Amino acid sequence: MSARTRLGDKLLHAYTWLVIVWLSSPIAVMILFGFNDKKSKSNTTWQGFTLRWYTELFDISDLTVALRNSLVIAAVSTIITVVIGTMLGLALGRHRFRGKGVTNFLVFAAISTPELVMGASLLSLFVSGNVPRDANTIIISHVLFSLSFVVVTVRARVVTLDPSLEEAARDLGATAWGTFRQVTLPSIMPGVLAGAMLSFALSIDDYVVTSFVNGSTVTFPLWIVGAVKTGIPPQVNVMGTLIFGIGVLIAIGNAVAARRRT
Amino acid sequence: MRRLTPYLLALPSWMWLAIFLVVPMVAMASVSLQTGNAIDGFAMTFSFSNYSDALGRYSTQLVRSLFYGGMATVAMLVIGYPVAYWIAFKGGRRKSMYLFLILLPFFVSFVLRTISWNFLLADNGILFGTLKGWGLLPDDFHVLATTVAVVGGLTYNFLPFMILPIYVSLERVDPRVVEAAQDLYATRVGAFRRVVLPLSLPGVFAGVLMTFVPATADPINAAILGGTANTMIGNIIQTEYLTNLNYPTASALSFTLMAVLLVGIFIYARALGTENVLEAAAR
Amino acid sequence: MNPRLHTRRDAFRIAGFSAAGLALAACGVQGQKAAPPKADAVQDFWSKQTKHGKVVFANWPEYMPEDQAPLKAFQQATGISYEYKEVIQENAEFFGKADPVLRAGQSLGYDIVVMTNGIQLQHMIELGYCVPLDHSKLPNFAANAGQKYKERSYDPGNKYTIPYTSGVTGIAYNTKYVKEDITSIQALFDPKYKGRVGMMADAQEIGNFGMFALGIDPEKSTEADWRKAGDKLKEQRDAGIVRKYYDQSYIDAVSKGDVWLTMAWSGDVFQRQLAGEPVKFVVPDEGGTIWTDNMLIPKGAANPVDALMLMDYLYQPAVAAELDEFIQYVTPVPAVQDLLREKAATAKGEDKKALEDMVNSPPMFPTEADYAKLRGYTPLTNQTQQVFNPIFQSITQA
Repeated sequence: MSARTRLGDKLLHAYTWLVIVWLSSPIAVMILFGFNDKKSKSNTTWQGFTLRWYTELFDISDLTVALRNSLVIAAVSTIITVVIGTMLGLALGRHRFRGKGVTNFLVFAAISTPELVMGASLLSLFVSGNVPRDANTIIISHVLFSLSFVVVTVRARVVTLDPSLEEAARDLGATAWGTFRQVTLPSIMPGVLAGAMLSFALSIDDYVVTSFVNGSTVTFPLWIVGAVKTGIPPQVNVMGTLIFGIGVLIAIGNAVAARRRT
Repeated sequence: MRRLTPYLLALPSWMWLAIFLVVPMVAMASVSLQTGNAIDGFAMTFSFSNYSDALGRYSTQLVRSLFYGGMATVAMLVIGYPVAYWIAFKGGRRKSMYLFLILLPFFVSFVLRTISWNFLLADNGILFGTLKGWGLLPDDFHVLATTVAVVGGLTYNFLPFMILPIYVSLERVDPRVVEAAQDLYATRVGAFRRVVLPLSLPGVFAGVLMTFVPATADPINAAILGGTANTMIGNIIQTEYLTNLNYPTASALSFTLMAVLLVGIFIYARALGTENVLEAAAR
Repeated sequence: MNPRLHTRRDAFRIAGFSAAGLALAACGVQGQKAAPPKADAVQDFWSKQTKHGKVVFANWPEYMPEDQAPLKAFQQATGISYEYKEVIQENAEFFGKADPVLRAGQSLGYDIVVMTNGIQLQHMIELGYCVPLDHSKLPNFAANAGQKYKERSYDPGNKYTIPYTSGVTGIAYNTKYVKEDITSIQALFDPKYKGRVGMMADAQEIGNFGMFALGIDPEKSTEADWRKAGDKLKEQRDAGIVRKYYDQSYIDAVSKGDVWLTMAWSGDVFQRQLAGEPVKFVVPDEGGTIWTDNMLIPKGAANPVDALMLMDYLYQPAVAAELDEFIQYVTPVPAVQDLLREKAATAKGEDKKALEDMVNSPPMFPTEADYAKLRGYTPLTNQTQQVFNPIFQSITQA
């Protein structure tokens, strides 16, 4: 490898970190204000350091419940979305079948429907079907708007794959399920994982659609948007910090584990 | 059995989409042709003029949205592609860690991210206040409440949706193929253009689809970061729906937006010219 | 949260969806304009209701002390258990969610709902979504509510609503950047503050200020007045004076100095002052807007009797004082000012200072002279709002 390419790699490496830092920069502010010794209800000017909000983290019980709701809903809807979305992504990327065009259109339509319109029409649907709004209806809606993102991501992976590998596996006598598990799934795994991450992020961050179909269930973003009116309590910053911190730990753990394995 | 495979694979999603997307869309299509008001009720009158009226009143905002969405998408592609490239080829064992780090800020609510941005970008805040103090910026310089802020906000908020699919398709490319190509075409650029880029096009298409479409329809960034002349079509739909309770106009605008985006994506797919991409868009 | 498995019945319901959705599409959305309640109809409704020993209260966030002490005391005093939910964040959005449910004749699951006087509340009333109140069960309201809170144009005679708290829309300015005392609404139109003025995006809020600037009383305004106000506001925008049409975020913008002066809600500014931020609130000489968040019982509420008891309980002066000390807007119970003054006399240190500030704050306790300048929103009907809204939305959403 030439010196020039190595320099290029280094620059790209630095650039990647630069983008990561850019994406994370608001998080730094959020973490900082979790230590703010604020006197009034608003938490937007720095007024001194305190650890108070960490000790009072679970004092606002509604907020704790909201966060737990969000995590459970995101986990459940991600699992459902990834399973059915991967299946459809495979079908669209690999197979020819009747209704493929319509399916592609629907996948597009689900992304292009403004969130508000989606939320309002889902609410009308649930009301006219007399379905009570609760965590279940939130999950249904989250699966609906995440589905396309998983499908599109998985399809982008599938179309780059060479189908001959699977054919070879089948020729060697592997069952359909065996072929899928041993050959197809590992090769589409990066797409499935990326789709899962997108789906989780979409779910845990959603406000608009959720606000229509939640009934009396409150999620983390819903609670926060409400609190904006008179000032967000620093416990929110602390919870955000913890979510972020746990995420970073998982990422580091993952990287360390990967190093150990080799 | 082999013949049935795609149908079985598609079945769960079909059911989900049919019940929760198609039914509401049919209802919405119907509402978009009705007239009336929220108090006395709406009645079906097949008034296609709802569409022309809405378009006539809000063409400025529609065109502006497409423009902002387009600019943000180009920015995301330029910023995101090198990141996806580096992670896919040089990320080594830590690939998934990098992806995770890119998405992590999005696990924390958008409200918190927005408040933080407003803090960072305040006219006299930590960044611009300091620069103004040093005399590096004029006193009335500001980023908030401008077009730059809105397009920047869209770019920021949708960037992971560009990076991840590009990564997913690039990751498939064997680095040895790239090295061989570099020998063959003698330059990195040549190898990139002839080998890497074509292989990544499905990812680029997916990325553009997943960013351009929602960014154009997005109401949040314009509402929070924009000024007096940055209203996007998403904001208008929101106002018509929630404040004016004008469901027909809101529905007509949503369909118009969807149609315009579909045409946009189709033209783009044509321009990109790969068979997969065309198939994905046209069928 | 405990996601229940879908029962078989739910599965059938989901299957029935397609049909339901298509039916909905075919017949359109039916309106159901309400006939005004007859006196005996009110009696009929309430005579059939009984106390259930529980109540569900849906309110805006941070409108109740975190320890929910007033509600706990209510539970102690009456034996009625409560659920308190901070689920209302936007009138328009809340109405958007509630409308399909109430339209279908279903229950929202709340017994008390708090909404600002405005187009959405008017729709709630016009569409018959509110239970008419039985005033024989509201003795504390009758005894303790200020006269002004019993005569409100949007709900004459408090047929359907009683106030939770009021607030004033005036001008807030950052004293670090604005070196003069602002007294006139014309400051918002002054070219010397080019790009430093914040206006509110809400049509009724900005409409009122456009009219104040022209000396028009919004409560008595006509379509011609709205158009004049619209022209005035358009001029202001085209001259580059307005930086942005804000929602609640104006308060951060003005306290950071992104805008120097802005339309503002009293309680927001007062809270910032307590935090030591350089912001000041004035009701301009030409006029300011008074708005009220109101309690109502939505149609289909499961526990109306208990709801009415809680609504009345909140009108005990001591309870209202406890609430107002936390909320810091304008209480509908005038006796609160004296109660807080007494409390301030016995308090010490920082608490004493904070209480004294509250008692002497015009944004919390407007004087008669302040009230004389205050006007409500422009009263709109379903027809007139279709004229009114576009005039101002074409300015704020250009």
